[in-house]
Amino acid sequence: MNYKLFIIRSVFLSLICFFTSYFPVTTSFANQNTLEKIKSSGVLIWGFDAEGGAPYVFHDLKHPPKLIGFEVELVEAIARELGVKVQSFQNAWDSILLSLQRGDFDIALNGIEITPDREQSVLFTRPYYVYAEQIVVRASDNRINQLADLRGKKVGTLYNTEAKRMLEEMGEVAVNIYSGQVEPFKDLSLNRIDAVFVDLPIASYYAMPNPQLRLVGKPAGEGYYGIAVRKEDTALAEELNKIIGKLLRTGELKKIYSQWGLWNASQENLFLHEGFLEKYTESPPSVSEKVSPSVTKFLPALLKGALVTIGISMLSMILAVSLGLALAIMRLYGNTWLQKISTAYIEIYRGTPLLIQLYILYYGLPNIGITLSAFAAAILGLGMNYAAYEAEIYRAGIQSIPKGQTEAALSLGMSRRLTLKRIILPQALRVAIPPMTNDFIALFKDSSLVSVIALVELTKSYSILASASMDFFKLGIITALLYFGMSYPLSLYARKLENKLKSHDRNL
Amino acid sequence: MIEICNLYKQYDHQSLFKGLRLDVAKGSVVTLIGPSGSGKSTLLRCINGLETFQEGHISVNGQKLYGINEQNYDKAQTNQTLRNIRRKVGMVFQQFNLFPHMTVLHNITESPTHVLGTSQSEAESNAISLLKKVHLEGKAHSHPGQLSGGEQQRVAIARALAMKPEAMLFDEPTSSLDPEMIEEVLAVIKDLVSEGMTTIIATHEMGFARDVSTQVVFLEKGEIVEYGRPKDIFYNPKNDRTRAFLSRFTK
Ligand SMILES: Nc1ncnc2c1ncn2[C@@H]1O[C@H](COP(=O)(O)OP(=O)(O)O)[C@@H](O)[C@H]1O
Ligand SMILES: [Mg+2]
Repeated sequence: MNYKLFIIRSVFLSLICFFTSYFPVTTSFANQNTLEKIKSSGVLIWGFDAEGGAPYVFHDLKHPPKLIGFEVELVEAIARELGVKVQSFQNAWDSILLSLQRGDFDIALNGIEITPDREQSVLFTRPYYVYAEQIVVRASDNRINQLADLRGKKVGTLYNTEAKRMLEEMGEVAVNIYSGQVEPFKDLSLNRIDAVFVDLPIASYYAMPNPQLRLVGKPAGEGYYGIAVRKEDTALAEELNKIIGKLLRTGELKKIYSQWGLWNASQENLFLHEGFLEKYTESPPSVSEKVSPSVTKFLPALLKGALVTIGISMLSMILAVSLGLALAIMRLYGNTWLQKISTAYIEIYRGTPLLIQLYILYYGLPNIGITLSAFAAAILGLGMNYAAYEAEIYRAGIQSIPKGQTEAALSLGMSRRLTLKRIILPQALRVAIPPMTNDFIALFKDSSLVSVIALVELTKSYSILASASMDFFKLGIITALLYFGMSYPLSLYARKLENKLKSHDRNL
Repeated sequence: MIEICNLYKQYDHQSLFKGLRLDVAKGSVVTLIGPSGSGKSTLLRCINGLETFQEGHISVNGQKLYGINEQNYDKAQTNQTLRNIRRKVGMVFQQFNLFPHMTVLHNITESPTHVLGTSQSEAESNAISLLKKVHLEGKAHSHPGQLSGGEQQRVAIARALAMKPEAMLFDEPTSSLDPEMIEEVLAVIKDLVSEGMTTIIATHEMGFARDVSTQVVFLEKGEIVEYGRPKDIFYNPKNDRTRAFLSRFTK
């Protein structure tokens, strides 16, 4: 009992040491006057995420390392006004504000919607773009014509966006949350979802050129993109406000947006906001309820994620265990061909990353006409991967049984099949149970990888909630404790089994 | 009942048997003696197909096993023949090889129920009477790990007898036993032999070989050096090598 407490306490202590050693350094750095730093160094460091970032920021397919997009041109115009050069800083979108706070870059400008909860942690400049949310459907589908038609449908959206919040507020919508912009449109063409609901620039860029898809309904829920800076950088924000105003008046902003087909009547609203948007909160475009980072509020969502994690882990372990057994038997007792197939399977699955296997299953297979649901792909992906490891565990277990056992069974007239089933496997299984339990714990944690295929399990729930509330610390510890609470009993069970088998062996 | 004809057997290009012949008549008790590595185990294992051989044939109760290089060799046919032979010939190993995950009773009933299709209740009552025969009726529900070596070997004998064999092969059944347990196992084998079971035993227990066998075979380097009645072999060996081997035991 005492030593369990000790373990938990040391886990906590090391977590706290980790975080405290991390933060002070960066806050002292962030305290410098950023505007002065930019001017004296002659560089503006810009944070963004170019992964699937069209038409905002993305890699030019014709000249891959080169970045293009309307925000690239906007940042270049701003830097020109400041008399400095742009230095780009690629950062995952989910954690972009967090990295800004840490001091990794000076500004975050990447389709970041101005929302009250974000304003709690960073300072936004006056808006530089008016966005709205747009519905996209398959061209052949005419069931959906307006926002209300999305009820009862499967709708894809991006996480941490206003669109997602609107869908959730509507209720009765099965929301599929993606972190990349390409994937929801892919799944829409594959019939995995009924509609996509995202910011208009994204909708027009991805859906317009695709004859299979079309935009329906009026854009809804107008809101603003702003440039985020650290809270203390008011001087920088004032300077940026002036520059945005100038770009607006000179028509340069309109020129940039028009080139990308993004200028529309709504953009005229930008002229209304001379200063910070906060001053206009009496008519806010989209005010989400203030997010309080209270634990009890997030717990249900996290527990739901934990349930998905448990479901996926169990089902994929069942697949891994049975497929692994078949592979081990093929490898040990099959003819040359079966042996080769099994060996190749094991080597390939152990020698390639699970992440790639998941991508191929979910996004690759549709190319040859097999379209799996996210849940099925997750279970197949994890199960087939772990089957390779289970097969090797069984093989070791079977080979550890003395030859005399087989000979005794054969000499009693048993067939090879019966010998395997009644004599060898039951004994091999006992040898295999401890390493199998260990693998189950590993699989359990690896299940967080399936979040790449639009499945919201525990880790994904955490990253969604944490980036919405900016509370990576408290939620992180709660999530880690949830994982620990699920895997620790398994470890205990594994150790108990191991001891039990050991004492049994001593009797032999 | 068991005829070994012109047996050739090699391991990794090393010849062991070079045309070995041996006839075991029904009801006879043949002991195989000879130094370690002379081929006693291999000979027994060839009879029930735990080892293959290159040439010659072995016939058990009319069922013929051919060497893999023989014209008559046929894999499917051999598998069928092996099944028939193994049901009729029981084997007891030096290391007992009981199934550790099953109780004593289950060890004995496993094969009759699954191979012969005997009903569970019949197999169990048969197992109990076999356990009585080997003086272990109290151990039916123990696991092999809880028994002494001598007890385990007696269970192994009962297990083989549960298949109602017509012949028994014993491969050094007492060689891994502590001395005080050897007698209890030999006593069980003696009982069995006295009931007329056709038996081949590889053993280093010369006193036992002399008392129970009808024939003794002295093997050396895969070759039958001498074959005959026990009193001839033990009291009047013709071959110098036999004499040299036996002198080590009479010291
Ligand atoms: N699996 C095997 N592979 C190679 N050589 C073997 C194998 N089994 C037995 N032998 C060899 O065959 C000979 C006879 O062995 P064995 O039949 O075990 O003799 P015994 O039972 O009389 O001690 C020995 O020289 C041994 O080294
Ligand atoms: Mg031997």
